[in-house]
Amino acid sequence: MFELVPLILAFPLAGLLINAAFGRWLDEKRIGIVASGATAAAFVIAVLQMLALSGNHFHAETVLLADWITIGDMHLPWQMRVDTLSVTMMLLVTGVGALIHIYAIGYMHGDPRFARFFVFLNLFVTMMLVLVSGDNYLMLFVGWEGVGLCSYLLIGFWYDKGDDNVGNARAGRKAFVVNRVGDLGFLIAMFLIFGAVGSLQFDDVLHFFEHHGAEVGGLATAVTLLFLVGAAGKSAQIPLFVWLPDAMAGPTPVSALIHAATMVTAGIYMIARSAPIFSLAPVSQMTVALLGAGTAFMAGTIAVAQWDIKRVLAYSTISQLGFMVAAVGLGGYVAGMFHLLTHAFFKALLFLSAGSVIHGVEHGAAASESAARGVAGEDYPSGAHHAHCDAQDMRNMGGLKDRMKLTFWVYLVGAVALAGVFPLAGFWSKDEILADAWHVGMVEGHWHGVAVYILLALAAIFTAFYMTRQIVMVFFGQPRSSAAEHATENPPTMTTPLVILAVLSVLGGALNLPGLHTLRRWLEHTHHFFHGIDFNLSVALSSTVLALAAIWLGVRVYHRRPLENATAPDQLQGVLGSVFNFLHAKWYVDELYAATILRLYEWQARFLAFQVDWDFWHDFVHDRVIAAAFRSVAAALSGPVDKGGIDRFFDGLALLVRAFAVRILRPLQTGYVRNYALGVMLGVIAVLGMMLVN
Amino acid sequence: MTVEFVLFIALGTIAVFAALGMLLSSNAIYSALFLVVNFAVVAAFYLLLGAPFIAMVQVTVYAGAIMVLFLFVIMLLGAERLRQPTYRLRWQQPLAIVLVLALLGFAGYVVATQVTGAWPGPLENAAGYGSPAAIGQLLFQEYLFPFEATSLLLLTAMVGVVVLTAVDERRRRRRPSKRS
Amino acid sequence: MIATTYYLALSAILFSIGVVGVLVRRNAIVIFMAIELMLNSANLAFVAYARQFGALDGQILVFFVMTVAAAEVAVGLALIVAIFRSKASIDVDEVNLLRG
Repeated sequence: MFELVPLILAFPLAGLLINAAFGRWLDEKRIGIVASGATAAAFVIAVLQMLALSGNHFHAETVLLADWITIGDMHLPWQMRVDTLSVTMMLLVTGVGALIHIYAIGYMHGDPRFARFFVFLNLFVTMMLVLVSGDNYLMLFVGWEGVGLCSYLLIGFWYDKGDDNVGNARAGRKAFVVNRVGDLGFLIAMFLIFGAVGSLQFDDVLHFFEHHGAEVGGLATAVTLLFLVGAAGKSAQIPLFVWLPDAMAGPTPVSALIHAATMVTAGIYMIARSAPIFSLAPVSQMTVALLGAGTAFMAGTIAVAQWDIKRVLAYSTISQLGFMVAAVGLGGYVAGMFHLLTHAFFKALLFLSAGSVIHGVEHGAAASESAARGVAGEDYPSGAHHAHCDAQDMRNMGGLKDRMKLTFWVYLVGAVALAGVFPLAGFWSKDEILADAWHVGMVEGHWHGVAVYILLALAAIFTAFYMTRQIVMVFFGQPRSSAAEHATENPPTMTTPLVILAVLSVLGGALNLPGLHTLRRWLEHTHHFFHGIDFNLSVALSSTVLALAAIWLGVRVYHRRPLENATAPDQLQGVLGSVFNFLHAKWYVDELYAATILRLYEWQARFLAFQVDWDFWHDFVHDRVIAAAFRSVAAALSGPVDKGGIDRFFDGLALLVRAFAVRILRPLQTGYVRNYALGVMLGVIAVLGMMLVN
Repeated sequence: MTVEFVLFIALGTIAVFAALGMLLSSNAIYSALFLVVNFAVVAAFYLLLGAPFIAMVQVTVYAGAIMVLFLFVIMLLGAERLRQPTYRLRWQQPLAIVLVLALLGFAGYVVATQVTGAWPGPLENAAGYGSPAAIGQLLFQEYLFPFEATSLLLLTAMVGVVVLTAVDERRRRRRPSKRS
Repeated sequence: MIATTYYLALSAILFSIGVVGVLVRRNAIVIFMAIELMLNSANLAFVAYARQFGALDGQILVFFVMTVAAAEVAVGLALIVAIFRSKASIDVDEVNLLRG
């Protein structure tokens, strides 16, 4: 069954080709069926691969598709790898992807670029599968860049919207450019590996590092730090996380699929894949763990002070990615992967629910508008994403609990799972990470373990708090705008995936329950580095207590005194004052980058463009030196040499030829046939004479 | 001086004079008739040379068909004489005669020196030499391919003649007529 | 038996007369007839040689020459007719548009 694995790429590829070629002639239903069907078929293949692995004693298999690059000793096949780690990712990408595709059919209804959206989504699924199924770092990189491209395309999908009608396009560009920084690190890391190992195949590379571990510690550190740069770009870690909040400009299914569930986890996958190298570089591991924990904490604080429903979730995503990165940094690869999976479930759920809320509110805005105009019962195109009030601003919402019942319940499930309340998925995975940190800090006695634990615990508190705040602001209290008042529930294409994801969010913890450790045993077949630590009751208890406390605090702050209207200040603003503003402004990171990197860069770009390129290079070197010298040489050559010498010589030659032709050759052509016959006769006589003489 | 030799001299004289007559007649009709005489005499030579088939072909095809064609064209065009004498290339006439004399000189030299001494007398040819049967056998066996090729040549010539002489009806119709 | 040499001499004489006709006469048809004369003299030489060597190939060649001559006459006369149509004359000296 392993030979079926190329189909996992073929199905989404076929889907995207069909929609790209015939999308303009198909109706929305058919486009949606093609795209979702392709992804669902890929999911079936992924399930078959899982079964095949079970039947193969969980041994990794590789399937060679084609030779790709062969230059000298360098041999890079286009080869797919089926092991427990990659199959886990395949299942995640295709499973969650299929649900989000189905959801998007409802969400994107009426959009003029409907087919294009699904082409991009399928392309994303294809590239993500290349990323997780590749058997060498270069294929991983191809997928890495491919999903980056899809991310760019989909963030800017509504490229004509946003600030000044280019805001979304700018957000896409920002994501692309920031990711480039990370990609550069990844590329250099690959070069280093190739230089040392002479191969980019996972097996060769990891084998090399396992057997030459002691000698190549420095190399391992360099490579892993550079990998970290790449992961920081793709997985939105400090300092490269700034693109992810802006990426929310894309349609909500994109936010759910790419910027929460799958693509941003590529960095974690990559680190987990390279676990043997990281295990050789304690410095890098420590850096990874601290960076992840720092990101988790920082993004958690920022999320508390945001108004935009998707932005809160975006910072929450960054924060949770920080959890995962910290986990893999601590050596808790299983915990990281576990959290990756559960997070994919509940964050996809949250984003899709948020999309559902936004969609409902937009619908409500349209409905209230028509009510105000007295045109009742008119059917408004729900895909027209334009609202007079900002449909994503939580201050415009409130009281949606009764108007969108299903959405409320699934949202609540997602939020509780994210907050880490027993026994939902988030509890188990987050707890395992915290237990890992506790283990490294307390049992092994590393100071950074303690630091990571504290930061993560704080981040977990913030998580519970901001989710409570969001739930309360969106669903409880009174509607704070007419749009929220008229909001309605969405069609089943959108709500069905929500329900499925909600079930997964509840039950996701079963993947790796303490005592069973299904996921751990499953992943251990890929790397023996994948091990987990046992359930730690005190950690679990303390984190549960902290989460509950944060929820209680959130309810107390926000539910007791709900926002009066859409323009009222946040309840915390009075208490925290400038700290709240600091958090709302995202720690001024964007401004910091603008002041330091961007301004410097622009200055030097201007300097290079105007002074160096234009004034010096163009005006001086080109115009004064090269062009002037060339002109004088050319003048000399064209005047005396060419006109005076060469031309005159050839003119004379031509005159000679003409004179010869006019005087001698022309009279010969009398036009009389007899004359020519005479010429023939002359020739005959001459030839005969010669023959006789000889 | 056998009878045969006398016959040869007589026929040769007639042939040469007929040729000269063709050359010198100002009327093209006379030229054509002189040429018919010449061809007939040459046919007689063919008989002397043991080529009865070629002789018959000479008489029927050359002296008959081709020369009739010549006469027909001359009369069709009414071109027995040129309308006005022109004297454009007068210098060519003496030069041509000098050249032809040179040619004759060369030929005579070759015949006198190189051919006469080297050859034995002509062979007595076997019975049936030059008969239609012998010619036909050779033609349809050894020379079959050239023979078929000539048919193609004749076809091409026929098409060419039709193309050259046919009057273009469409062009004629396009001439401006007074009615319109 | 007449020696082959005599025939060759006669052939040369006839050929020369033909050459003079081509070079001197202006009437296109006469020129054409002179060419026929030249072909004929060549045929005579062929037949004489055939007898000399006791081979029939010379006669076959004469046969082919006649065929080609027939085709040539047909095309040539057609050309003359075509020239006459446009020039109303068959004087070759009047057909000198291609002079230099």
